Amino acid sequence: MVEFFVQGGYAFFVWGAYGVTALLLVAEVIQLRAQRRALFVRLNRLNRTRELDKNQ
Amino acid sequence: MNVNWFKFASPPAFYSLAGRLIPIFWGLTLTLLVIGLYWGFFQTTDQLGGSNPQKEYYRIIFIHVSSAWMSMWLYFVMVVWAAIGLVFNTRLSFMMAKAIAPTGAVFTFLALWTGAFWGRPSWGTYWDWDPRLTSELVLFFMYIGYIALHSAIDDIRRADRASALLAIVGLVMVPVIFWSINCPDPNQCAALHQRSNLTKIDGNILFAMLTMSLAFWMYSFAATFMRLRSLILTREAESIWVRELLTQRGEQ
Repeated sequence: MVEFFVQGGYAFFVWGAYGVTALLLVAEVIQLRAQRRALFVRLNRLNRTRELDKNQ
Repeated sequence: MNVNWFKFASPPAFYSLAGRLIPIFWGLTLTLLVIGLYWGFFQTTDQLGGSNPQKEYYRIIFIHVSSAWMSMWLYFVMVVWAAIGLVFNTRLSFMMAKAIAPTGAVFTFLALWTGAFWGRPSWGTYWDWDPRLTSELVLFFMYIGYIALHSAIDDIRRADRASALLAIVGLVMVPVIFWSINCPDPNQCAALHQRSNLTKIDGNILFAMLTMSLAFWMYSFAATFMRLRSLILTREAESIWVRELLTQRGEQ
């Protein structure tokens, strides 16, 4: 098990490459989900304003 | 089966189609990642001993080559959609191109980053102005330039057309990157970077590498479609179908 993490003494390079790859791909997905949530908040607000305009 | 493909050229139809496809692409991504990583780390250990021993950092190959392939492939696909948009003036094509760019930029950055972390233990340096490395860096700037130009122009239609043109011009980088190490005469390549020859690669390494590339490809579909759906809603915010969609969601 320890052997796996040590990667023959090249842990910094192997995990440095894999770690940043995982980090960026996960961060991209989180950003996309946040973007979608924020968009719906904005669109719903826009929709409510429209309904108010219609009723006046 | 009679499918009317033109139906999906309309933003509302593609919006719902992409919504149904995204979970499938996530499933494929995770499955392929598990297989590729398991195979790469545990089924290629015979490479560490023997007549031509590798050091453990060869394992970077599984993400390095895959992200480098995706960086060039996504640029090509982005240019195809940008060109279709320019020729046929289809709204969705431009959105498709715009949705691909950030994911392509991420993979280009990762190709450079994982390459640096591989270069340091194997060549003794994180960076060198080698033709392959330099041309990949220029590709990264092309993606950034495309995104920056698009966001610098307020009028969406003009932004779409101007950045599409820039993307098409930048396509020249893709063959440059390819031939920067695969030129016909090896003496003409002053490259530090290894030549690529898929036929000389050990079968297990090749299998893990191709599986990881497929995983990154499926990831690109999922991420791009997620971005595309937000983009469609943003641009179609005034349309009736988006308002209906909001009402339906509100009632749930």
